[in-house]
Amino acid sequence: MLSIKDLHASIQGKEILRGLSLEVKAGEVHAIMGPNGSGKSTLASVLTGRDLFEVTHGEITFEGQDIGEWAPEDRARAGIFLGFQYPIEIPGVSMTNFMRTALNETRKAQNLEPLSSKEFLQRMREKKELVEIDSKLTNRSVNEGFSGGEKKRNEIFQMAMLEPKLAILDETDSGLDIDALRIVANGVNRLKTPENATIVITHYQRLLDYIIPDFVHVLYEGRIVMSAGKELALELEEKGYDWIKKQVDNPLITL
Amino acid sequence: MEKDQDIILNEVTQSEYKYGFVTDIESDSIPKGLNEEVIRLISEKKNEPEWMLEFRLKAFAHWKTMKNPNWAMLKIPEIDYQDIVYYSAPKQKKQLNSLDEVDPELLDTFNKLGIPLEEQKLLTGVAVDAVMDSVSVKTTFKKNLADLGIIFCSFSEAVQEYPDLVKKYMGTVVPYRDNYFAALNSAVFSDGSFVYIPKGVRCPMELSTYFRINAANTGQFERTLIVADDDSYVSYLEGCTAPMRDENQLHAAIVEIIALENAEVKYSTVQNWYPGDKDGKGGIYNFVTKRGLCKGRNSKISWTQVETGSAITWKYPSCILKGDDSIAEFYSVAVTNNHQQADTGTKMIHLGKNTKSTIVSKGISAGKSNNSYRGLVRVAKNASNARNFSQCDSLLLGDQCGAHTFPYLEVDNSSAIVEHEATTSKIGEDQIFYCNQRGISTEDAIGLIVNGYAKEVINQLPMEFAVEAQKLLQISLEGSVG
Amino acid sequence: MDMMVEIIDTREDLKKEFIQQRTILDQAIPGFGYQKREQAFAHFLKLGIPSTRVEEFKYTPLEPLFNKEYHRSYTFDPISFDKDLLFNCDVPNLETQVEFVVNSWYYHPEHRLQVLSNGIILGSLAEAAKQYPELFQKHYTKYANPASDGLIALNTAFAQDGFFLYLPKNTVMDQALQLINMMMSDRNLMTQQRNLIILEDNSEANLLVCEHTMSNHDFLSNSVTEVYAGKNARLHLTKMQNENNDSSQLAAVFIHQEADSQVSTNTISLHGGFIYNRFDVALQGRGAHNDTFGLYLTDRNQHISNRTLIDHAVPDATSNQTFKGVLDDDAHGSFTGKILVRKDAQRTAAYQSNNNILLTDRAKMNTKPMLEIFADDVKCSHGATIGQLDSDALFYLRSRGISQKEARLLLMYAFTYEVIAAIPVEGLRLRVEELVSKRLRGELSRCNDCTNGCR
Repeated sequence: MLSIKDLHASIQGKEILRGLSLEVKAGEVHAIMGPNGSGKSTLASVLTGRDLFEVTHGEITFEGQDIGEWAPEDRARAGIFLGFQYPIEIPGVSMTNFMRTALNETRKAQNLEPLSSKEFLQRMREKKELVEIDSKLTNRSVNEGFSGGEKKRNEIFQMAMLEPKLAILDETDSGLDIDALRIVANGVNRLKTPENATIVITHYQRLLDYIIPDFVHVLYEGRIVMSAGKELALELEEKGYDWIKKQVDNPLITL
Repeated sequence: MEKDQDIILNEVTQSEYKYGFVTDIESDSIPKGLNEEVIRLISEKKNEPEWMLEFRLKAFAHWKTMKNPNWAMLKIPEIDYQDIVYYSAPKQKKQLNSLDEVDPELLDTFNKLGIPLEEQKLLTGVAVDAVMDSVSVKTTFKKNLADLGIIFCSFSEAVQEYPDLVKKYMGTVVPYRDNYFAALNSAVFSDGSFVYIPKGVRCPMELSTYFRINAANTGQFERTLIVADDDSYVSYLEGCTAPMRDENQLHAAIVEIIALENAEVKYSTVQNWYPGDKDGKGGIYNFVTKRGLCKGRNSKISWTQVETGSAITWKYPSCILKGDDSIAEFYSVAVTNNHQQADTGTKMIHLGKNTKSTIVSKGISAGKSNNSYRGLVRVAKNASNARNFSQCDSLLLGDQCGAHTFPYLEVDNSSAIVEHEATTSKIGEDQIFYCNQRGISTEDAIGLIVNGYAKEVINQLPMEFAVEAQKLLQISLEGSVG
Repeated sequence: MDMMVEIIDTREDLKKEFIQQRTILDQAIPGFGYQKREQAFAHFLKLGIPSTRVEEFKYTPLEPLFNKEYHRSYTFDPISFDKDLLFNCDVPNLETQVEFVVNSWYYHPEHRLQVLSNGIILGSLAEAAKQYPELFQKHYTKYANPASDGLIALNTAFAQDGFFLYLPKNTVMDQALQLINMMMSDRNLMTQQRNLIILEDNSEANLLVCEHTMSNHDFLSNSVTEVYAGKNARLHLTKMQNENNDSSQLAAVFIHQEADSQVSTNTISLHGGFIYNRFDVALQGRGAHNDTFGLYLTDRNQHISNRTLIDHAVPDATSNQTFKGVLDDDAHGSFTGKILVRKDAQRTAAYQSNNNILLTDRAKMNTKPMLEIFADDVKCSHGATIGQLDSDALFYLRSRGISQKEARLLLMYAFTYEVIAAIPVEGLRLRVEELVSKRLRGELSRCNDCTNGCR
């Protein structure tokens, strides 16, 4: 589904991603872990087309198409969803208007008829239940005055509404208490199908207790330096990132 | 509680200006009055070349065509320009070869002001140019600086010794036509400081000029020119005091700064001219034109001022951001008490691309004073990606004073981001109570709170100045809550 | 302070007319005859039309407007007009009583003044002056001082009619009142409309004022509105400005508020060649509250100036000013706002903000938010910004599949929302929402049923 080859990206001349490669297939859950500043959030931004970053080398293909030059909305319409680490507040734009515009523009791009008001509201209702989001939240402006947990839940709600093929969840667990974490994780798990894939970006292992990954990758200094199954997350939790740093910086010391 | 505070307020606002003494020294002064002859006389006394006299005369001719400005928020009594002495110099031996030859009275004066001119007594790292009335008395550390190619001398000396540099830069940032007081200064300026930092040199010590008005009925019209060549750095400090006299005295200075490519100039002022007595009698009229030109790419000019003195202050240290990627900053604390009036702020003119300016202004009004911030941010059509942030806060102590904010934002370019914020507040009773409850007296509490309020600006000052500025704030305002 | 005023010299011209029209002006407003007008005219001669050298007009160049040739009409010339033309003023889902002022003259096919069952009086200003002299004299020219400004002096000297509204104590207008100010003429026209709105204690009204041009001539309207809000009175005023690109509208509103009164104004400027809106609010009673909101969507070579003064003259009053603007093409905008807190006006809370978005490098915005404060126990703040749409928000919308164009529209709409949301009458708010949304999409100026008469 997603194939990243030798990706280099920089911001204001400073290289953040330095040759990152990754393959994600339908039905898989990948976790990307790594210390602060390793490039995790940059990867999410680059995949979704944030123009702050410049891709200097490498290739991103999604379902066989090179999307490297695509606008953010075209990537979104192709089925890539980003759950933001810091969701943006947009006062004055109601959640309903926001979602209807997003959904119908995506449908238009897929040559589908826009949803009728009734269908749209029906879908809103279903998805709200699915992700256990309070109705009051969706009656307000986008993220305005939401608590940290409410914002994250709202991200998952939008994901449910848009039904992406690939969901990238950037530090979705940050700022969540244990109950909110469970609700968010449940939402993600319920939305999982054999046809879609998820990339979970996280600093801590605890989210992976709820969203079980098929693969865990460790990102360090802009590259994936280690990949393994879910047990790697536990090992990281135990030994800390210094362990990885030592290995990478000093390759002569082996396990 | 209220009553106590009123008493403290009265006590403090009547606290004396401790720099108000007069030095008993014979002066070489010219008669009062202003005309072409006076200007020729000043020029002659300073043994100036012909081009300098011509500059003065052109400025004077222009000044005569101008009208005394009328400013919205200032009440300025009419100034009789014929009743001012335009040149006064403390009499001393002509050539100074060593400090021993400086008149002991003068040395004593500067010692009393806390500015010892003996180099061994000076704080290391500060070179001083001491200016009394119309002339520079002494410049310290000249030799050490000269070794690095740095020129730091009186303006008069620069006219004699470095005429090419003076000719090249004087009047390029503040033309004599700029405003009424700039024209007046250009005609009659007496002395001031000149600084040139050569390419690639970081000036290793703070350069400082200390201005002192001593003689009666004398106006002070100094002129400062600072040129920082490519890749150079300098931090410059300015301090000023005057004796207590019942009549008002005029101070109309010009400061010009030019920063070339990658150069950085920091200019700090602690202005403590005599503000007049508690009934508003006497004090200095401080009408100053200060402007910096970020001429080269990536240049930076930063103004920091702590203004506590003067009866009337009118000054807007400004920056023209001409070089691409240039940066300008303005940090100001202005305190007014009793009958003082201040109208001060800055102008940031964005001309180059990717330029950035920051304005932080903290006004503090007490007594019956009026304190205004007036600032302009202009982004020209071709100045793409310009950024400005302005924060202008006012603190009122008592209900007899005024605090005003007049920002002007003029934007001609859609990629600009210009933001202005201002708040007005008073010191909360609860803040004072909180301090009282922890055993801090009301006076000290106010000192603490005001210093906290002004911290962002004070932090920009070099260490020695910051300490002085903090004390000054405390003295100006202790107990001023009503 | 010396009144340093630069004068644009249209005075000679107007002076001749003022003398020529003596008889007509003497009778135009009963109780405000030629002699009283002469005083105002003397102020005008002294002050003139303010130039950009006058601080308050620094960013409002009036010269070009007054240098054009205009016809001035001293009698009402009833032109036939089709009431159905006024479709774009209708407010669906909202019952309103509709009133018309045409070229500064109150117009109604049947009557000059109406007295409703609860004692509310509305209609022609000149007629009200005749029928209710005491009421009229008590308020007329009491809030707009001709000595203070050339434009007010000019209006006071020449004004002949306009709209009058009176609410007695404890009355509530059960319907919103819609006043349609129209300019229609077969030649260029200058008018001096004068309105007086009096709300006695505990009365309440909602007023919608629509400004329209109905033909494609150069119009210059210099209007003055005086508003008196008695104790605990409530007034909401929404203004919609939608005029052709050759029209100039100078509209000054003076509001006097007594204790516990609440007055709010929302001025939505959709179109207009040159617009100068002035709001002078005098908070003269404790507990009074004022909201002054404005939204301007300006493009082509249009000019918009908003000028405010909120004068906190007594303690315990509160005010809030919010002005937002989107400037496109070669548009010029300016905001000159002031909060004045007088000595002893303790416990004032006053807030002011002006936010602008520039869409092109040719558009230009000047803003001058001012605070003048003479009391210490106050909470005053202001903020002003000039910038672009937030790039983070833009990316967020696009990452959800919304196109760049649509995302920009959504954000612009969201930017304007704060002003629209403050309109208290729901039907009106929805209508304004729709118009603003159309305007942002560029549909308003293009739509087939437009009668703005742009050339």
